[in-house]
Amino acid sequence: MEEPIISVQGLGKRYRLGVARPQGGSKLRAALRALASPFRYLRQSLSQAGEAEILWALKDVSFQVGQGEVLGIIGRNGAGKSTLLKVLARITDPTLGRAVLHGRVGCLLQVGTGFHPELSGRENTYLNGAIMGMKKAEIDRKFEEIMDFAGVERFVDTPVKYYSSGMYVRLAFAVAAHLEPEILIVDEVLAVGDAAFQKKCLGKMSHVAQEGRTVLFVSHNMEAILGLCSRALWLEAGQLVQDGDPQEVVQAYNRRCLEDVASLDEGLFQDYNRPGDGRLRFTGFGLRDGQGAATTFAVTGQTVDFVLPYVTQGQPVENVTVWMWIHDLMGRQMLCLWSKMTGQDFERLAPRGEVVCRVPRFPLVPGTYTMDFNAVINGIRADRLVGAARLEVMPGDFFGSGRDLRGPFVCDQDWSGQETAGEGRP
Amino acid sequence: MSGAPTITTEIKPLKGWASLDLRELWEYRELLFFMTFREIKGRYRQMALGPMWVVIKPFLTMVVMSLVFGKLAKLPSDGLPYPLFAFAALLPWQLFAVSVSKSATSLVANMSVISKVYFPRLTIPLSAALTGLVDFCMSLVVLAGMMVWYGIQPTWNILYLPAFLLLAVLTALGVGTCLATVAVRFRDVGYAVDHVLQIAMYLTPVVYPTSLVPERWRFLYQLNPMVAAIDGCRWALLNTRQAPELASVLAGLITLALLFFGVYYFRRTERTIVDLL
Repeated sequence: MEEPIISVQGLGKRYRLGVARPQGGSKLRAALRALASPFRYLRQSLSQAGEAEILWALKDVSFQVGQGEVLGIIGRNGAGKSTLLKVLARITDPTLGRAVLHGRVGCLLQVGTGFHPELSGRENTYLNGAIMGMKKAEIDRKFEEIMDFAGVERFVDTPVKYYSSGMYVRLAFAVAAHLEPEILIVDEVLAVGDAAFQKKCLGKMSHVAQEGRTVLFVSHNMEAILGLCSRALWLEAGQLVQDGDPQEVVQAYNRRCLEDVASLDEGLFQDYNRPGDGRLRFTGFGLRDGQGAATTFAVTGQTVDFVLPYVTQGQPVENVTVWMWIHDLMGRQMLCLWSKMTGQDFERLAPRGEVVCRVPRFPLVPGTYTMDFNAVINGIRADRLVGAARLEVMPGDFFGSGRDLRGPFVCDQDWSGQETAGEGRP
Repeated sequence: MSGAPTITTEIKPLKGWASLDLRELWEYRELLFFMTFREIKGRYRQMALGPMWVVIKPFLTMVVMSLVFGKLAKLPSDGLPYPLFAFAALLPWQLFAVSVSKSATSLVANMSVISKVYFPRLTIPLSAALTGLVDFCMSLVVLAGMMVWYGIQPTWNILYLPAFLLLAVLTALGVGTCLATVAVRFRDVGYAVDHVLQIAMYLTPVVYPTSLVPERWRFLYQLNPMVAAIDGCRWALLNTRQAPELASVLAGLITLALLFFGVYYFRRTERTIVDLL
């Protein structure tokens, strides 16, 4: 067998998480303490860094990639996928182990890498190429093709700060993909940009692979993984769970996601000592996408159905209110789905069935959440489950702008500006 | 890919003495050029006077200094017209100050790029210094004009100018890389550095000649490598009476030590800097 292009052995990455200050008190008090005894303060703040909590984002990961392989990396949020790419892209050093890469590495970890807003598209292309280690002559040769792919020929000499977000994304991908690195590392770029462009990107990536170059690709989009990759890696809590045929790995991964939700179900949904008088009991929880297909996660900005199967004590129940709380992992209440709030309490529910709550444009940003379920009949609690299910939210393009989302959740918004008379009071 | 030598990268945790890997830096020389270009070009967009500011700033400072220190305080100037005396020192000082302050904040300010793509981070402070050099050359034209105005002829000493400029730039890089590394953990550095530089200017013979420093403090004074750099530039440009020979050797050694320490420490930190920010 040929020598592998990428060879990773026992790679580990440790992070120190910050800990809360042992001493209480406000910033002002901290400042006063610092002034009163500056050296003690300095020593304390320095030593605190050492006592921080330790997290292994990657643990003993080993694999090899041959030339021309397209390797898809899957796993849940926080499984270490991005950390792995960051280590391979040399953005941060590993704590343990080693990796050997043969060839030039081009990476697209986040879109818009290193663009300078005041410089034109042309200048930024050259700057970006140089950052990736290309020579000017190589960029010259590829320049037309890059502009053509990005579709920004008319704006080559316009500063990129005037670019639309779409143009920005297209140019960034075009630069990374066209500069002929032997190894192309791409982290979840397909979550941004419009559908047509995503398709174009996927096409380009498979083209890159056909030319004999190696692609490493992180995505939550299982279809893209299946369509593009010749092999898949599944990471879980920093460790390699499975490495092999994408079909098998994706299936195993999906099964595990379902099992995890199910195992939560088993515990709580079977527990009959839970609060409520039991006139209605939830028996499980599931998600469906906008087309009604069962899914294991919600996507920001896309339709999701929350499905709660239930049974009653044999007869139909009347005047039922159902609600779900969604909490983040810090336990903060993020979202309440409440039938009373929308004026849609159930006048009558059959003895056996399911309650469905559809959220057309799911507003929470990507992450892991937990869910509580409640049912009240005629003002008296019938069922209550706390932390009964885990909700995974995957990245999606809520606004169709291709930009990062900020805040714990997003809502529709529309910006405008106009001139007003007077002192500018609203 | 045909025929091109493949680059092999080995990624492993850093232990002990990291190689400074200056060869890698050389491979990225074009990036250095682009970064400098970006800095210069991006800086003066949408400004009416544009690059003129490079010249206006030291010129106005020189005018104020000439009035305060030359006319009011009547500081000696080694027999030279005070404005010329001050300007010839102000230019290398500004080269130093701008390079230090830019390098000190370079890692923090370029976080968005650093967290997304690998390149030798040393190119950032280096490009700051190169930008300073370009500014210096532009201001040199004004200095030449002033020399014509005051009727002072350059001598062959001017051939030494690049050596003293190199001394100033290397000192700036040494100090700048040390500060940049500290600034990652303590952002205070970014705020403090400009202030400290202003104070440091008075520890350097910019507004007064070295001859004003008492003899017994002279050695201690000359431990500041910028003393030799400033005196040297002045000597090379205006032919002041004595060349700072001994001071230059001392300064060279101190600067090399500083530079080595700074760059070594910088290269160590750059590997895990993303985790700290």
